[in-house]
Amino acid sequence: MATESVRPAPARRSGRERLVRYLVRRLGQAALTLVAIVILNFVILHLAPGDAIDVLAGEAGGGTPEYVEQLRHAYGLDQPIYVQMVRYLVNAAQLNFGFSFRNNMSVVDLIMSRLPATLLLMTASILLSFTLGVLLGVFAARRVNSFADNAISVLALLCYATPLFWFGLMAIVLFTVKLNLLPGNGMYTIAANYDWFEATLDVGRHLVLPACSLALFHMAVYTRLMRSSMLEIYGLDYIRTARAKGLSQRRIAFRHVLPNAILPMVTMLGLQIGALLGGAVLVETVFGWPGLGRLAFDAILQRDHNLLIGILLFGSALVIVANLVTDLVYAWLDPRIEVA
Amino acid sequence: MKPILSVRDLRTQFSAASGYVTVVDGVSLELAEGETLAIVGESGSGKSVTAMSILRVLPEPPARIAGGEVVFDGRDLLTLDEDAMRAVRGHEISMIFQEPMTSLNPVMTIGAQIVEALCEHRDISQASARDEAVALLERVRIPDARRRIDEYPHRLSGGMRQRVMIAMALACRPKILIADEPTTALDVTVQAQILTLLARLQAEFGMGILLITHNLGVVARVAQRVLVMYAGRVVEEAPVGQLFKDPLHPYTEGLLGATPRMHANAEEGARQRLVDIPGVVPLPDQLPPGCAFAPRCPKAFDRCRVERPELLPTRDGRKTACFLTQEAGAAS
Amino acid sequence: MDGFRDFWRRYRRKTSAVIGLILLVFVALVALAGPWFIPGDPLDMVTQPFLWPGTDIEFPLGSDVLGRDILTGIVHGSRVSLLIGFSATIAALGIGVTVGALAGYFRGWIDDVLMRVTEIFQTVPTFLLAVVLVAIFKPSLSTIVLAISAVTWPAIARLVRAEFLSLREREFVQSCVVIGMGETRIIFRQILPNCLPPIIVMSSVMVASAILTESGLSFLGLGDPNLMSWGTMIGIGREAMRTAWYMSALPGVAILITVLALNLVGEGLNDALNPRLKNR
Repeated sequence: MATESVRPAPARRSGRERLVRYLVRRLGQAALTLVAIVILNFVILHLAPGDAIDVLAGEAGGGTPEYVEQLRHAYGLDQPIYVQMVRYLVNAAQLNFGFSFRNNMSVVDLIMSRLPATLLLMTASILLSFTLGVLLGVFAARRVNSFADNAISVLALLCYATPLFWFGLMAIVLFTVKLNLLPGNGMYTIAANYDWFEATLDVGRHLVLPACSLALFHMAVYTRLMRSSMLEIYGLDYIRTARAKGLSQRRIAFRHVLPNAILPMVTMLGLQIGALLGGAVLVETVFGWPGLGRLAFDAILQRDHNLLIGILLFGSALVIVANLVTDLVYAWLDPRIEVA
Repeated sequence: MKPILSVRDLRTQFSAASGYVTVVDGVSLELAEGETLAIVGESGSGKSVTAMSILRVLPEPPARIAGGEVVFDGRDLLTLDEDAMRAVRGHEISMIFQEPMTSLNPVMTIGAQIVEALCEHRDISQASARDEAVALLERVRIPDARRRIDEYPHRLSGGMRQRVMIAMALACRPKILIADEPTTALDVTVQAQILTLLARLQAEFGMGILLITHNLGVVARVAQRVLVMYAGRVVEEAPVGQLFKDPLHPYTEGLLGATPRMHANAEEGARQRLVDIPGVVPLPDQLPPGCAFAPRCPKAFDRCRVERPELLPTRDGRKTACFLTQEAGAAS
Repeated sequence: MDGFRDFWRRYRRKTSAVIGLILLVFVALVALAGPWFIPGDPLDMVTQPFLWPGTDIEFPLGSDVLGRDILTGIVHGSRVSLLIGFSATIAALGIGVTVGALAGYFRGWIDDVLMRVTEIFQTVPTFLLAVVLVAIFKPSLSTIVLAISAVTWPAIARLVRAEFLSLREREFVQSCVVIGMGETRIIFRQILPNCLPPIIVMSSVMVASAILTESGLSFLGLGDPNLMSWGTMIGIGREAMRTAWYMSALPGVAILITVLALNLVGEGLNDALNPRLKNR
């Protein structure tokens, strides 16, 4: 995806003009993908057993009659299927995903109110997993087949195989229950009255365990990728050139190998956003973190399928935006890509 | 003439599943100031490994230099520690490679890569290193050097990139330039330009060039002396004129036979790939007991298959490792 | 047979791969023969609740909040995990190979359309999609398998497509085209067997990730209500985590061992089957 526009020295247009054209094209693609995902959701709803309203309202005594009526109207279920789909699309375009009676809020408002917590959690664990992954990968690659390298590989394999929600639970047992070091539930200390500095510190302390749990698996992904990427670059011709220049091992590793080895990591980062969001559902459930994931879990419990689908759509949009950003970062990092 | 580089009995091995395999076996050579010595042979003959062993840029492991000495400037390079060796690389001995397309770091500007070579070995400010880099680029005839210096390698053609490689290699005015197949990957016209450039720079800087190639056309054009390698060993050593006129080793004969009339027209010869000798170079772990070339040699006799011929001097100062010519020389 | 011996020689060179295989065989034996040694329904309440492991010889791994035997749960849960892991992978292979083969063999607009669809499935956050699918279609063994395969097939499709694109240009395929061999025959008899090695390698990793996904789903309460799976057990144990953390810890270890074994086997297969891909 990121390498599609590699061109050897094309006719030069002004940088700004090229960037604008590129952005317009990518935004167009992103919009199309989003429309397709909305249609996919529509299809899922209609494949489900029973009336779509039953699905949306949930069957466990879910909807009040007004709610069902509102849904019936919103989705135009008395209309032919293509009209329903167009209505669904139009509603989605207006960010109208209906109303969650359980939470007494519109789905969009609900999602928006939970978004910051999830973004905070995801950002923290991306930073953590990416940084640690790069460090461990570089460290291992510079001592390939040493004891340290093997130890890192074993660690990565274990992280790969550990269910992250289980790791979170065990972390709570150890750090919250036994050692009483870190909070294991929620995002703030309830009813505390403090200034912004203490508040930041408080949220930070609450963030440690969930962010680590969510980062664990991805750290393993990045460590392995960074190690193999470094080793691959080490075998390339221009590294031999760098050695023939008389550069030190350290300079070769950090100035020549690392900047090239990190490029596939950026692509991987984009690909991992969706998985990270999935992991957030589990981690937020474990830690009672008031974000989108926790909202999804509550929606499952309350059979609020309309809300659940809203979260899925929103999550997809988030992934699309993240992919766009990683493509831009990649193009900025790799001079071979001329955005044209 | 006093040699500036003398390699004696160099042995380089690679680890394989079955233990170490000797890829360069007892190579000796001498290079004088301002001289161009060519090492020729088919791929797999060990010529590139010889070059990289001299500068110790082979990945170790899997490679290891098992024996011999490389004397440069009164020191054996093989015994230097890594820091002392780094001070030699790119400073006193430089190297350029076969693949200009892949030999430059794609995410660094060419200027940064040249400046890096300058700053590594000389006490010089970034600004003056940059000025010097521009001067070097002009020297290797890169047009519009002041603008080009901030380009990334992918914007340059293969020939231009090889010029950048040469500028980088010559940044610290080395005494020796090792050129490993410097023109093989280039178009024929560009090949000629690069060879001319190298010859001119050699005249200016007075460095010795160790030229690794399989192209006898290139050898005829630029080298004074030639070392012919086969299966990790030197099989013939001679001044370039004598080698082309009267090759001693059947392998050299085969190489020449495969490259028609190259010294009449080097460009024509450069177009010709050699190796019309039937068969291939044996793998280093599957060498026959006698002369490694015997299985492919039209003139081989019984002794060649059981005993390995040593590289011995002939009366006119050449060297060959072939019983046939050695016996003929002894008989006459 | 010689091919197999050759394969085995290359596979066993890596210690970790052999360890993985031993662990996997162990888990498979537990799944196959375990319920025979430890009969009984893991959903039955058989003893006092909150029984710590090692306190009662009859229930060596203790009991959960409702007095259900944890050892029985883990042994029977291995069946659920492996069954779902393998069925979901087979289903995903079915979809992925079909899509990938069609796209890679016919190229053109078929390729374009199929790859757009694949891209869409890769954009949607996979675990969230699985959650939505299982929640809407109601949790059961078959909906879980379908949901997991619905989110994992794109990886297979891309792999198969790439293999097809390169293989169909090769001489042996071109000569089949020239002699007028039918397309179905070329696809199934000529190209597909040649892309089996990477598919096999990917499959073992997919089984592992399917098991992880299943455990996540059942932890969220989206497991088959009639079956005791490892994820369900962790979810149940969570309610008593402060006092009886072993309830969640033990099934988690079972998941870890199984997934680790599958990943190690996957790596071993990778080294043994495609030496050219050794760094991935």
